[in-house]
Amino acid sequence: MSDTSIAAVLLLPLGVVALAGVAASANGALDARSKGAPMRSGFAAPLWDAARLLRQQRRTIPGADSLLWRIAGAGLGIAAVLKVLVIPFGGFTFADLPVGLVWFNAMDVLLWALWWLLGWGANSTWSLVGGYRFLAQALSYEIPLMFALTAPAIGAGSLRLLDVQAAQQHLWFIVWMPVAFMVFAASVVAFSSWGPFHTALGEDIGGGVLSELSGIDRLLVLGGRYAVLVAGAAFSVPLFLGGGAGPLLPASVWVVVKTCLVLAALLGLRRLFPMVRPDRLAEIAWVIVVPVVLVQLAVVAVVVGVNGGAL
Amino acid sequence: MTFILFGFFAVLAIAGGIAVFVVNSMARATYALAVSFVAVGAMIVMLHLDYIGVITILMMIMEMAIMAVFMVMFMGMNPALMPMDMTHDKRRSAVLAVVVFIALAVAIFVIPWPARTGSPAADLTQSLGDAIMGSKMLVMLTISPVLFATIVAGLVLANPRGRYDRYGDDLDRETSDGNADPEDPIRGGIGR
Repeated sequence: MSDTSIAAVLLLPLGVVALAGVAASANGALDARSKGAPMRSGFAAPLWDAARLLRQQRRTIPGADSLLWRIAGAGLGIAAVLKVLVIPFGGFTFADLPVGLVWFNAMDVLLWALWWLLGWGANSTWSLVGGYRFLAQALSYEIPLMFALTAPAIGAGSLRLLDVQAAQQHLWFIVWMPVAFMVFAASVVAFSSWGPFHTALGEDIGGGVLSELSGIDRLLVLGGRYAVLVAGAAFSVPLFLGGGAGPLLPASVWVVVKTCLVLAALLGLRRLFPMVRPDRLAEIAWVIVVPVVLVQLAVVAVVVGVNGGAL
Repeated sequence: MTFILFGFFAVLAIAGGIAVFVVNSMARATYALAVSFVAVGAMIVMLHLDYIGVITILMMIMEMAIMAVFMVMFMGMNPALMPMDMTHDKRRSAVLAVVVFIALAVAIFVIPWPARTGSPAADLTQSLGDAIMGSKMLVMLTISPVLFATIVAGLVLANPRGRYDRYGDDLDRETSDGNADPEDPIRGGIGR
């Protein structure tokens, strides 16, 4: 095996896990503050939770489809790592796919299967309701997300992420593709079942897909959810935020710094929006968001056509 | 190494296909089929058709997830949620499957395949895009509406309880606030 593949096998999952841990910790602190407790008390909360879940015995309902259930539970984190695999850190990338952008899209569609299987596998009504809620929501966010991903591809004239990153050396895509960026960010929140889009894990259905999960299974899903959020935030860096571009620090550090900033925004904004029911989201997405993002694409296409390339 | 990997995906594709009819749960059958298709997608990637390969993986996973939605929408009492046999009309379908498989396998060896005349384009994704948006535009423009109409027609035929069931009788009636359309008891997200 080459050095890169060894690094990919060892370094990449560790990095994603570390960043997911940081995100969970920061979220714990924000949770503590919203409960009126000192923020300091929240930082370690995810750590204690993880320790507790590691010791907890696994619970299974009779008739549960344990095979599919556990594949899905472990799959969230794997999908996140597979997403980060194609992200360029400056000039370096773990896997330089010529269709890296489509790869990301394929991996986020994998989450459809995983969330639904999590709901299915438990053999519990509330879990299954949660799984179907996720699919209903996915039908609303996926098409806008696909169009939002198209915008940087048109801007760079390439599906390779190194090219997308290079096309932003004069002007970051977020400046002239703000709508695509916002739709992308919202979709990241949605495929992570996070913030206003966490109906699949809703309190009103007893935790939905989480309701029957215990022990290590629950830890993998809760951690995998943060990992997916991290992967989504990290992907916005080469797509919209100029990749590794930045003064003083090396490019790879800038990618991580920018990822953390996007992550902080997603964690912070979570508390500002009420939960959106999937059936209401469908109309919002198809009647408002799809046309708006199509207009964004038209603008990008015209700019690229007139300018002969990215701005 | 490449040969072994390709063989692995080929065996995985066939094994996934077989598993579809062996398992007794709709969910397992659905995702066994997904595994089979993903293996095919990986093989296409190994043939250096990156875009088509990855998009095959994407579409097939999505398709199987959507199938789970339809499973609940259209299977009345929802036997989909119970253990069930995945085969029907066993003898005839087995005969049919074997005959088709042998015919296709024989065809592979019997057909005099033409030798390659051109050489592959430098950027296969781009040449695919050029073909779809250029010389094959008419085909795409014809196929897309037909496919879309088929989907909508299929849904309308399979789902008698659509919005008209929701609106109730007398579609000409006005609402209390003088709106020309009848009141929709299940309103969407933008409050119409």
